[in-house]
Amino acid sequence: MTLTRFVTKNAFRNKRRSTLTILSIGFSLLLLTLMMTIWRGFYIDKGSAQSAQRVVVRHKVSLVFSLPSFYREKIRAIPGVVSVVNSQWFGGQYKDDKPENFFAQFGTDPTELLKVYPEFQIPADQVEAWQKDRAGAIVDSELAKKFNWKVGDRLNIKGVIFPVDLELTIRGIFTAPTPTQAIYFNKTYIDEAYPRVKGKDGVFAVLTATPQDVTRVAQTIDEDFRNAPEPTKTETERAFQLSFVAMLGNVKAFILSICGAVVFAILLVSANTMAMSIRERTREVALLKTLGFTQRSILGLFVGEAISLALMGGLLGSLIAFVLGNMAAHQGGFLATMRVEPSTVLVSLVVAAAMGFLSAALPSYHAARGNIVEGLRHIG
Amino acid sequence: MAIPLSYNVRNLRLRKGLTIMTALGIALTVATAVFIMALLAGLNRAFGTTGDPLNVLVLRKGSTSELAAGGVSRDAMQVFKDLPGIAKNNRGEPMASGEDILVIVLPRKDGTGEVNVTTRFLTPLGIEMRPKVHLVAGRWFTPGQREVVVSKSINQRFAKANIGDTMRIGNGEWNVVGIFDAEGTAHESEIWGDINQLATDFERTVYSSVLLRATDPVSAAALKNRANDDQRLELNGMLEPDYYASQTKSGAPIKFVGVIVAIIMAIGSSFAAMNTMYAAVAYRGREIATLRVIGFSRPSILTSFVIESLLMSILGALVGLVLMLPFNNMTTGTQNQVTFSEVVFRLQMTPPVVITAVLFAMVMGLFGGLAPAWHAAKQDILAALRG
Repeated sequence: MTLTRFVTKNAFRNKRRSTLTILSIGFSLLLLTLMMTIWRGFYIDKGSAQSAQRVVVRHKVSLVFSLPSFYREKIRAIPGVVSVVNSQWFGGQYKDDKPENFFAQFGTDPTELLKVYPEFQIPADQVEAWQKDRAGAIVDSELAKKFNWKVGDRLNIKGVIFPVDLELTIRGIFTAPTPTQAIYFNKTYIDEAYPRVKGKDGVFAVLTATPQDVTRVAQTIDEDFRNAPEPTKTETERAFQLSFVAMLGNVKAFILSICGAVVFAILLVSANTMAMSIRERTREVALLKTLGFTQRSILGLFVGEAISLALMGGLLGSLIAFVLGNMAAHQGGFLATMRVEPSTVLVSLVVAAAMGFLSAALPSYHAARGNIVEGLRHIG
Repeated sequence: MAIPLSYNVRNLRLRKGLTIMTALGIALTVATAVFIMALLAGLNRAFGTTGDPLNVLVLRKGSTSELAAGGVSRDAMQVFKDLPGIAKNNRGEPMASGEDILVIVLPRKDGTGEVNVTTRFLTPLGIEMRPKVHLVAGRWFTPGQREVVVSKSINQRFAKANIGDTMRIGNGEWNVVGIFDAEGTAHESEIWGDINQLATDFERTVYSSVLLRATDPVSAAALKNRANDDQRLELNGMLEPDYYASQTKSGAPIKFVGVIVAIIMAIGSSFAAMNTMYAAVAYRGREIATLRVIGFSRPSILTSFVIESLLMSILGALVGLVLMLPFNNMTTGTQNQVTFSEVVFRLQMTPPVVITAVLFAMVMGLFGGLAPAWHAAKQDILAALRG
């Protein structure tokens, strides 16, 4: 019998206890993996290649104020800028105000939108049809699937921010690398129905030639409009998205404290199990020693057992997290970025192993050092 | 006959280490759940206590937020002032306040970014209509001056929000001249300034909302209906408390994440509790058999072990609650899903939160204890005695 086999045999000596421990650690690690995935999605992922090449221009004071539409041509003239498109958040209601029926609606320019967002996949004839229809819209494929929309369907959206109700026709369905949960329609529609917003736009999305241009272009834009009546704030697409996360509150502290609680809970559960099984085996340990096992190898046996239990829990948790993450990715919105990456799983497993090690270290140290004769006398 | 409770208490004490570790695990879960529930309770309190049932808020038709484009015209405001059922203040003025809302960006003091802050522009009459709001430092703004008064929470949470600081709103610098306290209502997240100065600066011709004070509840309902039914004015009237209550949906993201976190942690803790209880049953095989021999029935043994598990979970709940006590009343903020600006609120460990936390822990204890207790009760006496 090899040592590895000895460890695994021991790990499953009390099947019920091992299963419960693995399940308990597994669920804790599931949570840890999910939290790390959220963290990664918010703060570490750089987004798509195109995203790294885009900046978003908004009013310096607040997103709530709009910018004059003529800024677009001025931005276009800046060296390094490839395309500029306007985008106006409409914030209307589809069907009712239930959160599950909520999605983003942007008023934009159909002739240039897809030049700024080349990663959107859409058949050319659909683009053409959209550009010809002022009341046309293109919708995200995940959204179309969710609401069972087809090209040619009517889409009625009640205006909340603007006193305008949209009656759109779906002219195209686009597929984005990460679901956008958005529909795009012609901004002229709002202009005509509510002339007060004519000549104003919410934000401009700018595609630059290379990722290296981003910083310079952003600085030039803000510099150019510094003394204009409507100064601008230009940031990378990523930073722009992150500013919405920041509005949710202190998300970082929230995630970190949950992670801390979870890691500590794993330690407790694992330590509990190891304390129980080591105490049961006091006599065996003494026996092993009489057979000539050194203190170090006995220590190794127990620590190995704890680590393997924790790792099995880790694998279980990662597996569930992986399945959940894939399910969530199809929901779109902020969940779309919540794919569980192998590196996140790896970190979870390392944490699991570390907790297993810590939990077993102290009780097994005591067991390994215990007196042989007393150990042999030990009852139950 | 029931096994005395002291039997369980002594057993838990005998196996101190195991009990404490399992209870701590439950405590962590409870603490997390309490934290999330206290956040939601604080948010609900902020919105739930805002608004007077006699106040009617009038917005543009189709709009659900004060922050929408378009609004209530000055003419419509005049119509309302003369309606029957409008209360008058002690100077005989009709209590109707035309207001405007803007959102400005302020940097957080702790350096975690810039957020939108709701800025309300109104007249001194509008201040008078909200008796819960009172000045704690400095003075109110002077009409016709670019002056603002900030809430206590804004003052504490944001840089550049002290008396003497200036804020850029539109094209002008506005001086901060005072700090008000809003008794934990939604106005706690606002900055207030003079409406007429704003109208001049921004060339605003409409109010984003009008607040009316009715003389009695019947008149309030009548005013609300009057606003809704007038085809010419195209307005949307609602009672002020209802408007703020609708904003409690801002807690939806916290709730969504919170429920998932709490459930997953609870499942994990239940398995841990089950483990501990199985161990307790296994150690006491002979003892249980002896109890049976003395004459305690199977059901009473089952109950006894379930109670022991429940006791352990209640201990966990208490520890969890104590762990969270320092966070009670802590001020925090999240995004208001209606006005897209920050709403500041305090964590509230209300009695329902505490009771729910204890019940939550007991569910974990019950789930963890039931199977082991069943196992204990089913044990064969003879085999166990020989154990």
